[in-house]
Amino acid sequence: MNIVVLIKPTPDVTKVRFDVERGVVDRSSAELEINQFDLYAVEVALLIKEVLGGSVTAVSMAPPQGERALRDAVARGVDKAILLTDGRFAGADTLATSYTLAAAVRKLGGYDLILCGEKSVDGDTAHVGPEVAEHLNVPHAAFVTRVVEVSSNKVVVESDYGDAYYLLELQLPALISLSRPVVFRDRVVEPRTPRLGDVLKARRARVEVWDAYYLADVADLEGFGLAGSATRVVRVFNVFEKDRNSITVSGEEGVDRILEVLRSRRLV
Amino acid sequence: MWSGVLVYAENYGRGLKSSVFELLGKASELRTRLGGLVYSITLASEEVDVHAEELIYYGSDKVLVYRVPKELLPNQLVHRDALVDSVKALKPKLVLISATPWGRSLGPRVAAHLKTGITADCLDIYVDENGDVVQVRPAFTGNVIAHIKTLRTPVIATVRPKVFPMPEPDHGRKGDVLCMKLNIPGNDVAGVRVLGVAREKLVKLSEAEVIISVGKGLRSREDLRLFEELAKALGGQVACSRPLVDVGWMERDRQVGFSGNVVRPRIYIACGISGAPQHLAGMRDSEYVIAVNTDSSAPIGRYSDLLVVGDFYEVIPKLVERIKELKSKL
Ligand SMILES: Cc1cc2nc3c(=O)[nH]c(=O)nc-3n(C[C@H](O)[C@H](O)[C@H](O)COP(=O)(O)OP(=O)(O)OC[C@H]3O[C@@H](n4cnc5c(N)ncnc54)[C@H](O)[C@@H]3O)c2cc1C
Ligand SMILES: Nc1ncnc2c1ncn2[C@@H]1O[C@H](COP(=O)(O)O)[C@@H](O)[C@H]1O
Repeated sequence: MNIVVLIKPTPDVTKVRFDVERGVVDRSSAELEINQFDLYAVEVALLIKEVLGGSVTAVSMAPPQGERALRDAVARGVDKAILLTDGRFAGADTLATSYTLAAAVRKLGGYDLILCGEKSVDGDTAHVGPEVAEHLNVPHAAFVTRVVEVSSNKVVVESDYGDAYYLLELQLPALISLSRPVVFRDRVVEPRTPRLGDVLKARRARVEVWDAYYLADVADLEGFGLAGSATRVVRVFNVFEKDRNSITVSGEEGVDRILEVLRSRRLV
Repeated sequence: MWSGVLVYAENYGRGLKSSVFELLGKASELRTRLGGLVYSITLASEEVDVHAEELIYYGSDKVLVYRVPKELLPNQLVHRDALVDSVKALKPKLVLISATPWGRSLGPRVAAHLKTGITADCLDIYVDENGDVVQVRPAFTGNVIAHIKTLRTPVIATVRPKVFPMPEPDHGRKGDVLCMKLNIPGNDVAGVRVLGVAREKLVKLSEAEVIISVGKGLRSREDLRLFEELAKALGGQVACSRPLVDVGWMERDRQVGFSGNVVRPRIYIACGISGAPQHLAGMRDSEYVIAVNTDSSAPIGRYSDLLVVGDFYEVIPKLVERIKELKSKL
């Protein structure tokens, strides 16, 4: 079973600085780590490999600092790490990002299953996974809360549709995006903590770096980065300026106040 | 060429989502600036006429209905094919899809197929002075709001349910209904077979009007009874912050926040919740927020209309008692 895990190197959103004046996110203000949801994708990939054998390849499209997240993935047990980095990839929206990731998967060849996270903490769209599946013309399941069974030619998953959870059987190759908490067979998945020895070894591990030209035989260079993006951000602002005018009360008065609010809304 | 607004009316076998009507209301408003008609497309296996009629009452001028066998209705790739087909036939300037999990899985497949842009989970959509469609969405776990333009056609957006008001239906409204055909190869469409419903949701928090949410301050699972009682008295739902799901005391369906449910109730009561950005991302747009917290400096205070500084183990039982008193007087 050849598994590809899409890992987005993302900043810790509680540490990153937002330049309110200029309306930009200072991406250099926090180090890049594995997107939280993608930790579950890595873990599920490793669990599947334990059962079916094969290999796990992690792929990230990120600036050079993204290498840190890939080393973390290696420390956790992925066999191979690929960083897609090139000025030509910069400024990508979900269309261009997914196009580039799909190109990399195609370049790898011979994959059976692609795993990704439900959404990224910075992009926050949940769209990249399904778009990658579309570019590759393979089936996908998003918001997967349970991987029920996986074999060499199919995977059965439980997917959150919104009103209910549906059971889907996908022919491989396929892509699934993992939610949290997620169950693998009957076990709740908890991302492992890498061992110190593995962390140290991962520092010396090879992270392959691929640039745009390396993908030229499987993709159109015009599809990458800003050039390949169909959307433009015209304005960004920080929402944390908009506090509510809160009233603070304590003790018995608190209960009175809550009752007042409930009464004014005819809830009691 | 490209004009009008196409609303994708979500139905995978459980009836039309009510958020579809919100989209139709918005579409009617945007159409005055964008020109063209308000279209809708839906897939159905039964009650085709009822669905089409409703879509017209809420603002569609033209409805495209793709009739598919019942067992294929929950297959997203069938919906992709239908939506792609309708976009090619109608050439709408803008396509609106509800940002439900289903919509956020289907929408991107359609956008990638058409090689156009898609903006996720929009909180607003407007037409600017140049006549361009601008999409407003949160990013960075809800820390920032971005305004986005799409350079290609159609412009596709998934829109968060409950951000646009529900329009009044006009039962006298007339429109065209077109029955469409899809070429469906078999039960196993493009490698996906839907085996059925695995389990129902315990609760749909996104639809709750009153939410009592509990956080890490909770000392034991049994103490949840306190909140269940209050929820019952108010006709609301119990929800929680992530740590309670992590320890297994609550189900994922009851988690509010970035990795849980986005809610917009009339009243949100946060008990023993500090107000981490990931939690705020799921409840910030509630109509009225009450926080009960022992710590007067907890961040949740700044996003609340009313902060009650106190121990919820005292405040909530008293509140329940007072509500019971009131009710017994009636
Ligand atoms: C990628 C990612 C996604 C996440 N997604 C979510 C999400 O979807 N939803 C979510 O909630 N979190 C999410 N989190 C976690 C989030 O960062 C916080 O850790 C979490 O919201 C904290 O929960 P809390 O407020 O209940 O606990 P704490 O932060 O520990 O706060 C407990 C609060 O309770 C108060 N308190 C304690 N006892 C009492 C009492 N008896 N009476 C009154 N007040 C009391 C304390 O003063 C404190 O303010 C996510 C984190 C990450 C990294
Ligand atoms: N630049 C990227 N590199 C690798 N994987 C990505 C990238 N962007 C998104 N993904 C994957 O797609 C998922 C959804 O991301 P998003 O659509 O940004 O919310 C993430 O959890 C990742 O698994």
